[in-house]
Amino acid sequence: MAKHHVEATVNGDAVEFLCETEETLLDVLRDTLHLTGSKEGCASGDCGACSVTLDGRLVCSCLVLGCEVGGRRIETIEGLAEGEALHPLQKKFLEHAALQCGICTPGFLVASRALLERNSNPTDTEIRYWLAGNLCRCTGYDKIVSAVKDAAATLRKG
Amino acid sequence: MRYEAPETVERATALLAESAGEARVLAGGTDLLVQMRADVVEPALIVDIKRIAETRAITEDRGGWRIGAAVTGAELKEHPRLQQVWPGVVEAANLIGSTQVQGRATLGGNLCNGSPAADSVPALIAAGAVATLAGPQGRRELPVEDVMLGPRRLALGKGEIVVSFRLPPRPPRSSDAYLRFIPRTEMDIAVVGVGVSLTVDASGTITDARVSLGAVAPRVLLVREAAAAIVGSRLDRPAQDRLEAAARAACAPIDDKRGTVEFRIQVAGVLARRAALIALDRARTS
Repeated sequence: MAKHHVEATVNGDAVEFLCETEETLLDVLRDTLHLTGSKEGCASGDCGACSVTLDGRLVCSCLVLGCEVGGRRIETIEGLAEGEALHPLQKKFLEHAALQCGICTPGFLVASRALLERNSNPTDTEIRYWLAGNLCRCTGYDKIVSAVKDAAATLRKG
Repeated sequence: MRYEAPETVERATALLAESAGEARVLAGGTDLLVQMRADVVEPALIVDIKRIAETRAITEDRGGWRIGAAVTGAELKEHPRLQQVWPGVVEAANLIGSTQVQGRATLGGNLCNGSPAADSVPALIAAGAVATLAGPQGRRELPVEDVMLGPRRLALGKGEIVVSFRLPPRPPRSSDAYLRFIPRTEMDIAVVGVGVSLTVDASGTITDARVSLGAVAPRVLLVREAAAAIVGSRLDRPAQDRLEAAARAACAPIDDKRGTVEFRIQVAGVLARRAALIALDRARTS
């Protein structure tokens, strides 16, 4: 069967690509569009390393088919920084040492941005529940929670 | 593998009915894509129902609510009024998986995945939800408790899909609640799940109730005896004891890595009592 021809928006740019039905959005992002910031951890929606937003909604890109996203708006980790200027979340993750190996970090950053867009002043509990679908085996999470709180404070100041 | 995303129910059911090989409906994909990845299913055709407007809408319907089969848990939670009227349904849907999964997982998918441990199903059954099905022969209505027959087995014919769910009109002083037991705080599959919906009169006496149990039998159960045990009462201790006993008597669970038969039966009673007390408290203040 012929490949699907899909047109969508990724990080504000119009993109078009061809994909097979069984290719996930994560496959398309990494292998076709060469946006390799989104990681494949589990490929079953458990770890959150492939987190992106789809029309503003946080999802696991491993649980979305590439052929589903025609006409839709996708934001990935590559869209977080503005040129060389890191997003406050990225700066605070560095300041708080909220990463070690870094595989989970793009997913945490994308998920944290989605949280702060909805809740500019989340509690520790709200952060932990929101990020429950993002697994990190290095940090023990405390530094991630601190970084997200600190980034939220920075963003609130404008 | 063929993929279709029709914009009408008629086209979707025709595609499914005409498919020679295995055909699967795609809603949120949080079960289907995992099963495809694990080679549990290898469909020849995938029919994505999310581009059908009816499956994506939440609307008021003859005093009740109609929720499209492809509405996500996150959309239910963000709805300005649904959480007030049906807090149990909304909380059950939002126990399914992570934030990411809640952004995709749907009520229709949770039901049609055919798991006895599906979190939203006991809440829908307790709520008295009726599924609107569409197939090659047209449409029909089926109470949610009659949709699932057993693990992975549904009462849907070839080409038939769940289009939406209708939640009935709510009398004053009515509410619902859903509780489940899992070994951790978040992100797990129910060992036992209990949905309770009830209505009280001005004196606080329960005039109507529905109780549903998940993960304690081959399918999610509507337990009329458990409801009968508390109707006419103010959920005092003897009524709670009757509710616990009736809930436990309905259980026919299996032993597995998440819980033993004895544990599940014990917990079903405890959760039925707690869920009923929460629903009662909500109903009094609603």
